[in-house]
Order: sequence, then structure tokens, then C-alpha cells
Amino acid sequence: MDLLDANLELKEIQKLQGHTDRVWSLAWNPATAAADVPAVFASCSGDKTVRIWEQSPSTRSWDCKAVLEETHTRTVRSCAWSPSGKLLATASFDATTAIWENVGGDFECVSTLEGHENEVKSVSWNASGSLLATCGRDKTVWIWEVMPGNEFECIQVLQGHTQDVKMVLWHPTMDVLFSCSYDNTVKVWWSEDDDGDWSCVQTLGESCHGHSSTVWSLDFNAKGDKLVTCSDDLTLKIWKADIPRMQSGDGYAPWNHLCTLSGYHDRTIFSVHWSSYYCREGIIASGAADDALRLFVQGKDGSMNEPSYQLLLKKKAHDMDINSVQWCPGEKRLLASASDDGTIKVWELATLS
Amino acid sequence: MVSGLINANPIVYEKKERQVRKVTSVPDEYAVEPIDQEEIFDILFSIPFYFPYLILYYVEHVILIFLTFLNHIRDIKDPEHPYSLEELKVITEDAIEVDDERSYVRVTFTPTVEHCSMATVIGLCLRVKLMRSLPSRYKMDIRVAPGTHATEAAVNKQLNDKERVAAALENPNLLDMVDECLAPSYA
Repeated sequence: MDLLDANLELKEIQKLQGHTDRVWSLAWNPATAAADVPAVFASCSGDKTVRIWEQSPSTRSWDCKAVLEETHTRTVRSCAWSPSGKLLATASFDATTAIWENVGGDFECVSTLEGHENEVKSVSWNASGSLLATCGRDKTVWIWEVMPGNEFECIQVLQGHTQDVKMVLWHPTMDVLFSCSYDNTVKVWWSEDDDGDWSCVQTLGESCHGHSSTVWSLDFNAKGDKLVTCSDDLTLKIWKADIPRMQSGDGYAPWNHLCTLSGYHDRTIFSVHWSSYYCREGIIASGAADDALRLFVQGKDGSMNEPSYQLLLKKKAHDMDINSVQWCPGEKRLLASASDDGTIKVWELATLS
Repeated sequence: MVSGLINANPIVYEKKERQVRKVTSVPDEYAVEPIDQEEIFDILFSIPFYFPYLILYYVEHVILIFLTFLNHIRDIKDPEHPYSLEELKVITEDAIEVDDERSYVRVTFTPTVEHCSMATVIGLCLRVKLMRSLPSRYKMDIRVAPGTHATEAAVNKQLNDKERVAAALENPNLLDMVDECLAPSYA
């Protein structure tokens, strides 16, 4: 079925309240994606806490299962689950990153990563769970190696951005790291050999069709050969790289600008997330300071090299800015959004009958 | 050690004559009245608001910025520096654009000198004042008037990055400064 022809709507399943300040970010636990496991996600907030939400298998309603508090002393800006779903990393304005382990339903802080000079803004695990990356206002990106016994060792501090780094994200299949910044650029970090030094191999800046203001977030399609970035310049941009060539060991494959989605958003776009399901190319969801969620899909016209993306739907979703939007992994048609209004909403992409 | 005002001799402008607001004969407390330009001006100025000025202490290449605050509301005059933000034309009623239907406000302020290092602080105070006074549905942009500040784009970008504003307001020293700037005077 073609999504553009389908009559789709975002149906609000539940509004989750509990945080007492703006909700900055949320993350679905990837190990809970399977059909027979209840879905779980974590949310973090300006109220200095992290909350764990789980869907009840019987009532289907979402409940707060745990509140992770009294560890971070300032805003918790972002959170990320390890690929196994056993560990949760949380990045805070208190300059630390905390690692939490789920021990029989209780979350224990098993490690605290210190090193950034001030606010840590984002944290990301690589695909195998062996590396962690963090970034912050001190303009640096740190790569940590995950050692046995919940030890984390910083193996490199990457310098290159000229302003604070808003977000880091590992490529979904390869150990290539992406960072985006207040300096309007996206930087790609790679190490040619396994134990070599990481270095900036590409900068996606304004001179190569990049953004003209702060880049807030980025994400990949399921195959990992396309990248979407969103910005304070009110646009989304899509980039493509020859990933199969890089995977075959043929050296670094550079990212090229594919298209720019402009004219859709009225205010800063804070979050973008690419679904791994629905048709071949997936659906791009964006959340912005105009309180609205938007979904985009690749259009029917346009060629392989110049695809066009079309707005599938727009939904006024919250009373205030949307800071984070995340698709549930797996086949569940669920989307969660987090807002300055202190709430999280769970949405289902449903077909209007 | 050097101390002094950043702008010791500001140009002072006349205050604009403003009509006293009409009071409806039967006040209806349930009526939803749209917010207009004048109301935002009143939020920013009728409530005591103090123009911060700087005393700079140079200590071993580190500039520590200490702020003291003079009382500057329309009718209270400080003998040393008796001007309000309005009289200094840092902000005028014309510089406030408000669209209540769209829940949008934009405040444009004019730093007193081109290199005024207080621009970010003044902007932060304006933002916090509006955040605390307006309904949460409001979107706001704070900016320095075009062509009035040496690092205009950088100041505007910082003032409108909500993550940096949020982080700044978690800094106890900065928050104290903003609170002091916005606090009513008991003098």
C-alpha cells in the first residue's frame, strides 16, 4: 500500500504526566521491540529525573515503572539504551554521564562518567555496544570504551567543532560517529584502522548545501545509507552516502546533500527520527518549536538520485515546544513525543476507516 | 583594579506619554482578553525593573563581572543614575510586536553602546520576565535592534537558543543576577 494514498492519522493513545519540568528527550528500549515483550521507554527532564515507562500487557496503558533521581544535580538532557537494552546512559547539564543498570526492575547507577567541563548534551552507543560517545558545551566529543565490570575508559577527545555540540549519534551498522552543533555543521568522525586515532573525515557545512543555523538533531534510515538532519534554520536536509562501498573496505564514503525540505516548519526543528518500517524507505518524523509533529515520506516522483520527500501529515501535538520524537522500534506503529509542557504523548499511526 | 560604568553618560530620552488604561465599568474576571503591545510593555516596566550596569574588575587577565543594580522605574529616581530602560531607549513600546491570536511576541531592544557587554544579560532578563509573566502558549523572540550591536547575530542566536537559556538559568550566580535584576525594590 502506498502511504501517500492511505488516509492516515496520528491517534493519541495516552498522555503521560509525571515530570515536573520540560521533558527534553526520550528513548525506546530496543530489546523490548519484539511483539511479545512489553514496550519500554525512558524519558528525561529539566526536573533532574529520568522516568521509565512500560506498557501493561493486559490494559495496554502506559505506567511509570521507575523514577531515577538523586543522581543528577541538574537537567538531564538526553538518554540512550545500550543495544542489549540492559544499560541506560543519561547525559546531564551537571557535566556527568550516568550509566544505569536494570537489576530485577530496579535501576542502579553503576558508573558515572566525568570529564566534560560543563553541560553534557547527548550520549550514544555504537551498534555493538562496545563504545559510547558524549558531547557538550565544551565543544568536544568524547569516545569511551566499555570495559568489563561497568568500567568506561575515555579513549579519545575529539576537537573540531567551534561551538557547543548538540548531539552525537553512531551510524547504525558501522563505527562512524556523527555530531551536530551550534556552529551550524555536522561532523563525521572515523578511524581507518580498528585501533587508530579517530579524526574528522567530513564536515557538512553551509558551503556544501548544509544548514545555516544550529543543527539540533540527526538520524539514519534503516539501511544506514541516508541521513536526515534538522535545524534552527527551519529546514530538514537529507544526505546520502555509498555505504555498501565503505562496508566492502573501500575507504571512507562521503555524504552528499540529496535534498532540503523547507517551508514546512515555522519555528526551530529540535528533533527528527526515521522509522525503520513502513515501505522501503520508512517515515521521517519531526518535532518542532511550533508544537507540531510532521511526517514525511519519499514521494512517487523524483529519481533515485533526486528523490522528493512529501509531507504525509501535520499534527498539532502539544501545548508547547516538542523537544523529542521517537518511533517505537519493531513493528508496532507507535511514536512518542516529549514536550516543554512536561508531558509525553504516545501516538499510533492509524489508518482512517 | 578598575571600576566604572560601561556607559557613564547615556543619552536620555523623554518618556512617552501614555494614557491611563480605561477600566471597564463591570469587570468580568472570566472574560478572556487578548494580550496587546501595551500590556507587554507594562509587564516589562510597570513592574519594577532595574537597569543593570557593570562594574568590571580586572584580576589577572580574568574579567569578573559584577553587577549592581540601580533603581529605575518610571517614577523612582536614583540620585546617581536616574534613568529607566525606557528613558535610555533600550526598549520602546514600538519595539514590542505582539500577536495574541498567534501567541507570539517579539521584543527588540537597543543596547546603549555598540559593544555593550550587557546585551546578553539584558536580553536574558527580558526573556525570563516574559516567560514568567505570559501564558505558556506564547512563543517569543528576543533580539537586539538591527545595526545596534557589534556582535548582533551572536547575541540573538544565544538569546534564542532555549537549551543555552535553560543551562544559564541553572547557573546559581546567573540566576541570582537575573532575579536581582527583576526583583522589586524595597528601598
